[in-house]
Amino acid sequence: MYETSMYEGMLAETISMPGFQGDLINAYFARPLGPGPFPAVVLIHHMPGWDEWYREATRKFAHHGYAALSPNLYFRAGHGSPEDVAAKVRAAGGVSDEQVLGDLAGALAFLHALPAGNGKVGVFGTCSGGRHAFLAACRIPGFAAAIDCWGGRVVMAPEDLTPRQPVAPIDFTSDLACPLLGIFGEEDQNPPPAHVDRLEAELKLHGKRYEFYMYPKAGHGFFYHDRPAYRQEQAVDGWKKVFAFLETHLRTAV
Amino acid sequence: MCTMIVTQVAIDGSGKGTNGWFTLREANVSYDHPFNAPFEHALNIDFVNESLGPGARVAVELSVEAARALVETINAVIVQAEAGGYLE
Repeated sequence: MYETSMYEGMLAETISMPGFQGDLINAYFARPLGPGPFPAVVLIHHMPGWDEWYREATRKFAHHGYAALSPNLYFRAGHGSPEDVAAKVRAAGGVSDEQVLGDLAGALAFLHALPAGNGKVGVFGTCSGGRHAFLAACRIPGFAAAIDCWGGRVVMAPEDLTPRQPVAPIDFTSDLACPLLGIFGEEDQNPPPAHVDRLEAELKLHGKRYEFYMYPKAGHGFFYHDRPAYRQEQAVDGWKKVFAFLETHLRTAV
Repeated sequence: MCTMIVTQVAIDGSGKGTNGWFTLREANVSYDHPFNAPFEHALNIDFVNESLGPGARVAVELSVEAARALVETINAVIVQAEAGGYLE
């Protein structure tokens, strides 16, 4: 809990880090100043790219006491405005799950190596990044908590599988190795509530620890204050759920 | 990407981007989240020249109704031009 007498400071900057196959990619890194120990979070950007909202979100996690790292998953598409780069990736059919997982494993290793870390690293993502967060929690050993905000295509029909997305993430549920927080909107088209229900049933089937919140009168991306989808009341409550979840699983010995 | 619905078509023409006119080589047509239009999903057309980098892009984001109306209008104009003997 912040009190007005507290010292507060952070360092936020662009860094380079090793990603998939050792490729050096850039990332936005924000951390509280001080000796720590700080828990850490990997932020996975959404389909519209490595954009200003994700920089703000990265600093928000640092403000709340987390070393926060947001890798640029579209680094290999070249540089330009985040929208132009994201449009290029969209035209190419997105980035492959294999490549994303390699970049996220690199981000996890970077945060685990921090001298000021407490050894616990979570993963947070929205939209396509929510899907990636779930996938990472299932496929990459070492995450202590995962947050999937409205990740679509976790449930996929066989005809939706592609060489870049060859397996539906829900099929990896048995491998989920950490607690999962899910934040969803009742009016979302992707994932529709029926897909969220299917994922929840799978989590129950495999005895996984999870918390799901389905917000009424909210659709896709209701945290995005720069979009018409923003829903103030639901977003404020959702952020509280995010930080309460991380406090429990990354800062408290459990 | 969320819907993964995207198709590319080769095109010839010119587009005016932030740095002026450039030669267009491809159009990427998708139905996915727009960057700016106030819809959850939109019919997005990126007129690009991939050889010039990500910034060589002229973007439009349309509602489905607008996209359908645009297709009909383009076809109607081409039919009219053809009837007038203007097509090269």
